[in-house]
Amino acid sequence: METVTLTIKNQPTLYLEADTITPDNFSGKKASEIAALHAFEGRDQFTLGKYFEVSGEGGATAADTRIVVKGNVSRVKYIGMKMTAGEIVIEDNPDMYTGAWMQGGKLLVKGNVDAFAGIGMKGGEFVIEGNAGNYLGAAYRGDWRGMQGGVIRVKGNAGSDIGYFMNGGTIIVHGNTDVHVGTHMEGGKIIIKGNAPSKVGGQMVGGEIFVYGGIDVMMPGFKYVQDEDLEVDGENAKFSLFYGDTGERHPKRKGQIVYGKLHLRN
Amino acid sequence: MSKSVTDVICPFCGTLCDDLEVVVSDDGKKIEDIYNACAIGAEKFMHAQAAGRVTKPRMQQPDGSYKEVSYDEAVDFTARMFYKARKPLMYGWSSTSCEAQSIGHEIAEKSGAIVDNTATVCHGTTLIAVQDVGIPSCTLGEIKNRADRIIFWGCNPCHAHPRHQSRYSIFPRGYFTNKGHKNRKMIVVDPRDSDTAKMADYHFKVEQGRDYELLSALRVALRNEPLPETVAGIPREKIIEVAEVLKSGRFGIIFFGMGVTQSLSKNHNIDAAIMLTKDLNEFTKFSIMPMRGHYNVTGSGQVLGWQFGFPYAVDLSRGFARYNPGETTSNDLLRRDEVDAVFVLGSDPGAHFPISSVRKIAKLPSVCVDPHITPTSEISKLHVPVAFVGVEVGGNCYRMDNVPIDARKVVDPPEGVLTDVEFLTRVNTRLDQLIGGK
Repeated sequence: METVTLTIKNQPTLYLEADTITPDNFSGKKASEIAALHAFEGRDQFTLGKYFEVSGEGGATAADTRIVVKGNVSRVKYIGMKMTAGEIVIEDNPDMYTGAWMQGGKLLVKGNVDAFAGIGMKGGEFVIEGNAGNYLGAAYRGDWRGMQGGVIRVKGNAGSDIGYFMNGGTIIVHGNTDVHVGTHMEGGKIIIKGNAPSKVGGQMVGGEIFVYGGIDVMMPGFKYVQDEDLEVDGENAKFSLFYGDTGERHPKRKGQIVYGKLHLRN
Repeated sequence: MSKSVTDVICPFCGTLCDDLEVVVSDDGKKIEDIYNACAIGAEKFMHAQAAGRVTKPRMQQPDGSYKEVSYDEAVDFTARMFYKARKPLMYGWSSTSCEAQSIGHEIAEKSGAIVDNTATVCHGTTLIAVQDVGIPSCTLGEIKNRADRIIFWGCNPCHAHPRHQSRYSIFPRGYFTNKGHKNRKMIVVDPRDSDTAKMADYHFKVEQGRDYELLSALRVALRNEPLPETVAGIPREKIIEVAEVLKSGRFGIIFFGMGVTQSLSKNHNIDAAIMLTKDLNEFTKFSIMPMRGHYNVTGSGQVLGWQFGFPYAVDLSRGFARYNPGETTSNDLLRRDEVDAVFVLGSDPGAHFPISSVRKIAKLPSVCVDPHITPTSEISKLHVPVAFVGVEVGGNCYRMDNVPIDARKVVDPPEGVLTDVEFLTRVNTRLDQLIGGK
């Protein structure tokens, strides 16, 4: 696997839109060709080379390409957008839309990510070692198909509106979240190992939410079903199962109504 | 001898009353009296006559004072600001005509600007919810003639839309509502004892920030599913009782305001309210309508909508329209230093934005186009006074129910004062010259 290292040398005065930083775009390219790829600041089009020191070269395919992004990238948006394979490691805190519409490969952020990370994600593995902002793994504005596949793992806390309109895939938050978890969720799984203050699973149609810590205020449309032992993220624990949101529409499968499942750890 | 102008449109709130009578002096220069308007609307007309009105553009000097300049200089300064900026913010648009908005959008396209209107701190969350789940709405005329179940959720029309209840929602005797307010059941959801709440048949004093739970509870009640003992501080029995009241009506309407759009849950509150409306249509006819504030904020959404496809927070910096509230909304842009110039027309962010955003405006190259001296004009590099739309110049406006109404000119503007359309057209022409290298 070939490694391309991007080290930021000039900070953008506005914000940089660098949706070209993906293994797909870097594969088969030399350092000079990578430096010539487009990046946008405001209405002007520049090149990645204006902002980044590029070293190394891309592999033959996206899967053979690893990208390491170094330095303060807190004013850089869209890193890893629509990537399908390969690997990206971001050593600092990137701005919005990191790993947006990601389809495959691995994306590792060693710092925090801002809002809209992993929106509309379809596949791949996205690990955030710090905290995540709002709208993690959510749908893009107006889209009713949110995250559809892949895994997002946040070692720290996450903001509000995670898994908005979620359809598939898994989001794991080791810390706490803000309000609105899995609103309009139709499928997939959200695991919160800390607390979620309120509005968990509002308008939920299907899918599963696990909360290990506490919920301050439950949504009114969740009814207790039973206690159960489950293996979640590699460990066994006892949970209380709730069905909901009973105020929302629910489809029928084999004559049975399909509910969203909320598991609260006992 | 003075003359009376009838059927004047009131350019204050989204109710856009169209029955005002304005008495004007013979020379057509002075407003002498106003009939039918509410206190705020009348003041809007009278204010245009106030002494000491600014009639020349004013440029901020290094010591903070203002010096009068000509309109030509103002046009040139504004056009150069757009020419130099790489991502200018064009904010406001709610207190001007659709014609002016359209010319502003031409400038925005040429300069790669972000066009945002006052919905960003108002009903923007409504627009997000509408995009997510749609909206079953109607016109105010239908409400006057048919509605017998009226919900005011997080709004206080007694003070914010003073003639709304007498013209449309509570008191008028309509075709199928010939007993006026006796035909109607009024439900108010508000944590405060507002004057609107005092009139209500049912007043839900919802816990602050728990509207989403209460809306959800009403939906649960409609489906006959079990509810907890209290939701958002309201006993279960009351929720079920009100759900029955709503179901038993012939035509219901939910009006909602800032209490739900800008409190915790924001767009999700409206999302849930729209879905509640949809659910109620299983039992009877129900509609929902936002209580839009400025008289033409709806128009700004309309014009942006048909020109770029999004109703506010439209980012044209990359040459195509993008929209994502949270990123392209004015306060996020200012807070995060994403823009390098600010142009304000028909709004007063200086008075309504958080101080952190206002400080950013003060530091950036900025132009404020407004008939008044406002907090925004006092921090902008250039203040351009213009004629009052709806008083001194006509133009198209949209009522809160998306009905377009042409505002009328009543008196002449002070001599030499340009209108929004004239000023923007000249800026647009000058910008063309600058882009053409002249």
